Amino acid sequence: MITNLVNWIDKRIPMTEAFNKHVGQYPAPVNFNFWYFFGSLAMLVLVNQILTGIWLTMNYTPSGEEAFRSVEYIMRDIEYGWLLRYMHSSGASAFFVVVYLHMLRGMMYGSYQKPRELLWLFGMFIFLVLMAEGFMGYLLPWGNMSFWGAQVIISLFGAIPVIGDDLTLWIRGDYVISGATLNRFFALHVIALPLVLVILVFLHIVALHEVGSNNPEGIEIKKPKGSIAEEEKSKFKFHKSYTDKYDIVDAVPFHPYYSVKDIMGVVGFLFVFCYVIFFAPEGGGYFLEKPNFEPANALKTPEHIAPVWYFGPFYTILRVIPDKLIGAGAMFGAIVMLFLLPWFDRGTVKSVRYRSLAHKINLIQFCVCFAVLGVLGTLPSGPIANLLGTITSIGYFGFFIALWFYSKNEKTKPVPERISH
Amino acid sequence: MSSAPENNGRRRFLTLATAVVGGVGAVGVAVPFIKSWNPSEKAKAAGAPVEYDVSKMMPGQLVRVQWRGKPVYVVRRTKEVLADLENGHNDQLKDPTSAVPQQPDYATNSYRSLDPEFLVALGVCTHLGCAPTYRAGDFNEVVEGVQNGFFCPCHGSKFDMAGRVFNNVPAPSNLVIPPHMFNGGTMLTVGVDKGDA
Repeated sequence: MITNLVNWIDKRIPMTEAFNKHVGQYPAPVNFNFWYFFGSLAMLVLVNQILTGIWLTMNYTPSGEEAFRSVEYIMRDIEYGWLLRYMHSSGASAFFVVVYLHMLRGMMYGSYQKPRELLWLFGMFIFLVLMAEGFMGYLLPWGNMSFWGAQVIISLFGAIPVIGDDLTLWIRGDYVISGATLNRFFALHVIALPLVLVILVFLHIVALHEVGSNNPEGIEIKKPKGSIAEEEKSKFKFHKSYTDKYDIVDAVPFHPYYSVKDIMGVVGFLFVFCYVIFFAPEGGGYFLEKPNFEPANALKTPEHIAPVWYFGPFYTILRVIPDKLIGAGAMFGAIVMLFLLPWFDRGTVKSVRYRSLAHKINLIQFCVCFAVLGVLGTLPSGPIANLLGTITSIGYFGFFIALWFYSKNEKTKPVPERISH
Repeated sequence: MSSAPENNGRRRFLTLATAVVGGVGAVGVAVPFIKSWNPSEKAKAAGAPVEYDVSKMMPGQLVRVQWRGKPVYVVRRTKEVLADLENGHNDQLKDPTSAVPQQPDYATNSYRSLDPEFLVALGVCTHLGCAPTYRAGDFNEVVEGVQNGFFCPCHGSKFDMAGRVFNNVPAPSNLVIPPHMFNGGTMLTVGVDKGDA
């Protein structure tokens, strides 16, 4: 009965074929560690955001007069409305946690290097769209921090010479951030950007499965056809689109080996995520900021405007530079640098395990700088914070510059032919 | 494209011509999508001039008037403040002579206003649009020797009582002076001036 149904479908659409190629017979390296949880966790959070987001739109009213009230209505009067909203608001922060860790994984193991440049670029576009989603979504509750945060970010475009002022007017659709701005941000947040995001995630995975997964050793599991003796090849059955072109070694099928392993990651993630949702949904003022519990007020700037934590590093780079145009340029430049990472790194050894001490130190200093920039972004500015911010900004950009120089003739360790296991 | 023995030059020309016409059409279709983001007639109407009677203001007092949804700071400046503006701290300012056109011509003076007694400035920091705080009497905590001024809590930009920006702060220019005029001496109108009337 079931077999007949499957056969009926398979004659009309390549269902089993696609499942085998991308899941059941997809060759994944044997040595994935916990860092490889974060890709599938990002997908889980995306599903969470889309589902809870759809449910929130059922009761949210996107207008300057009603937005704040409708969020309170969801929180107080809708059954489980508070849970749906906290799943969504904490989900936003969780999204950035897993994505930042996912990116760090790629940086550690050289997953952006040839031939995975396009895979990295799709990932970076996902990151960019995600930041736009986070930013626009934060305006929707129409709290005072929503308002002033958007005011600051939209003003950035005013730094562009000549067209700046007209451009900000066009983005806002009013002389000030108003219901018009809220409405268009709502439209972009709930339909335009999620659509782009889902398409990019699809392309990210298609690109991944074309080039194959990297691993902590940075050793390719696809060897030239005919170069591996039959008894050395992986004993699992992989899809012919991979085995026709390559000899596959040191690999297991994604399902059930990594699908089951990823479930372990999901369980661990849900422990933390549920703790936040149920016991600390405001994230200590970092996930939902205090001034956002009062409605938007164009005449009253909060004492201390801080972006949500995940924008912290870029915000700090913006404000340590005492020139509006250069500051905004540096902030966007910081993201552009990440985009160009595959070309800054001129080395051929992928994993940090086999790279030089200089690279290890450089990567560690980058992580420290990124973390410090992030913390500073949530704190008020002052002479000490500015000094620290300047130093760590230099460290951030310095990572890429230094990488370009030493990676050409880097003293690396010999990389084994095969993954030992 | 088919490999039939056709006239390939003509075929290429027709393909190109079709693509160009289609491209023009696509650009044309983009216009309404882009233009619809501009401020609506309703938003423009809400941006009409506003009036405020300044005769009831005390010396040193600041009043926020809302124009186009933005706070307009109106301050009745005291004699001491005006004297300080003449040349009290010009060496600490980025643009003491208001060379950057952030104000109408009639406000391009050391007070940056039509009537020296009344400062009329947008309370919108020229850095990233926060509302600077009026620090009356205790501004010397942030700028030594200057008693009154505006301090932006967001990124620490500082402005004097004519809305002129101090050196070494993120804000690039002086506060914007909106077009304004006085009717009958004390009725301040923001958003329009004698030039428009």
